[in-house]
Amino acid sequence: MSVSTITREDNREVAFTLSHYLICLRGIVWREALRFVHQRERFVSALVRPLVWLFIFAAGFRQILGVSIIPPYESYVLYEVYVTPGLMAMIQLFNGMQSSLSLVYDREMGNMRMLLVSPFPRWFLLLCKLMASTAVSVLQVYAYLVVARLWGIEAPIWGYVAVLPALVLSGLMLGALGMLLSSVIKQLENFAGVMNFVIFPMFFASSALYPLWLVQQSSPVVYTICRLNPFTYAVELIRFALYLEVDWLSLAVVAVMTVVFTTGAILAYDPARGLIARRGGAG
Amino acid sequence: MTDDNVPETDQVNLSRAPVADPRGAADMTTETPALEVHGVSHAYGARKALQDVTITVPQGRFAVLLGLNGAGKTTLFSLITRLFDTQQGSIDVLGYRISREPSQALRRLGVVFQARTLDLDLSVMENLLYHAALHGIGGREARRRALAGLAEFDLSDRARDAARKLSGGQIRRVEIARALLHRPSFLVLDEPTVGLDVASKSVLLRHVRELVRVRGVSVLWATHLLDEVQTDDAVVVLHRGRVVAAGDAANIIASCGASDMRGAFTTLTGGAPGSEIE
Repeated sequence: MSVSTITREDNREVAFTLSHYLICLRGIVWREALRFVHQRERFVSALVRPLVWLFIFAAGFRQILGVSIIPPYESYVLYEVYVTPGLMAMIQLFNGMQSSLSLVYDREMGNMRMLLVSPFPRWFLLLCKLMASTAVSVLQVYAYLVVARLWGIEAPIWGYVAVLPALVLSGLMLGALGMLLSSVIKQLENFAGVMNFVIFPMFFASSALYPLWLVQQSSPVVYTICRLNPFTYAVELIRFALYLEVDWLSLAVVAVMTVVFTTGAILAYDPARGLIARRGGAG
Repeated sequence: MTDDNVPETDQVNLSRAPVADPRGAADMTTETPALEVHGVSHAYGARKALQDVTITVPQGRFAVLLGLNGAGKTTLFSLITRLFDTQQGSIDVLGYRISREPSQALRRLGVVFQARTLDLDLSVMENLLYHAALHGIGGREARRRALAGLAEFDLSDRARDAARKLSGGQIRRVEIARALLHRPSFLVLDEPTVGLDVASKSVLLRHVRELVRVRGVSVLWATHLLDEVQTDDAVVVLHRGRVVAAGDAANIIASCGASDMRGAFTTLTGGAPGSEIE
């Protein structure tokens, strides 16, 4: 093979085109999907968790927690019906945190470095990662919806389509939160703290399991916390979309928080300013 | 510097040293260096990892970055690959400033990190295709390059195997094949032989030297193992975050008045604890 000297000018390649970006996006989503397929237990646990809540928890609480007529429901609904959007959001919350765990794992194992030394802009790589994680979470939610429907939890048929954009948006928000958290978690062992201080408080201090008017009656303080919790709005966004309605406040809050968390994550992974740089190791 | 025998290295340029130009061209100073690190300092909080590091690696050379553990090699690698930005100084890869034109620089850079970076849950081929996608290479072209890369490293029969089934030496070979997939002009490897047996180490080193000789790829090879250095290699000795010598290995040995690289290294590091490296 002949060898020639490379100069800056003759070495310049054309900039990446849209098709290059799409190849990169597809590659990152494909890898996430492959990892998901290879880790079957991850899929099973993602499905079993909400089903346990649906089959056992909801059955047990059906008689205790009466749900009056509240939007978007037009009549009294069974507790299983009420809790289903909350469980859909729970799947996405856990998936977002799972992605966070996966990012920390990748960082510790060194895989993250290969992503970060790609010539594509880092914000784009992180967005791809976010989209990949969201796609996986949406698939998990639809798998849950199939089982829930077989269990008798039915939503309007077009609701299953209408809920898709809501799932994408809430998935992005929770995925971005996970990504932001991954930048501040130094080691895999610290991830247990995320369970205690993020997932459980976010899930329980929300409208996922009980309507907020019930919470307000029993504790105004907890009610205020629930109203400040972005996860509440993700749940409500999904709930309304599933019944072919739009809760504009929830849509606005989830959209804004998606931008905030994503921007935070991008800044955290920024090689110049980010937490990763200050700490001394992205990988 | 504490030792009079240590060469002055405030401005170190390996291209000044005699160069084994693979094209037979005489003047290597007019071409764009593969790597130009100028006045780079970096600290983690109060701890200084690199101090005023200046090195130049010309194209088509096998350059060794030699230093003890903790000398700052991995930090320098992290800066060259832009895992994080330089706090002070500048780094150019084939003329592209990594902080200003990271995309152009990273497209020309192949990287093998010290830590194993294959995704062990994926197959060898899937790892290569993923890397290709991260460089905007997809479809048949990605598969074609991946197959060619595996064939070059005698790993064609392992394409479908999960990465976790490979031996340490095979993982390293896949990582190098992967690093070359997007056809970079400059390959950087951070302690690539750590954890390998003698035979695997020898095969790996021979293969990378072949890349330089046959393909003209420039290489920066970080190591703390003296037996990986040849007398005609360009060498940069990094000690406690500073460059203490740079040039051809033979010149460094001569200027230190030593009989071999081990003696030169001991002189350069002032007999520091741990300077008796392998």
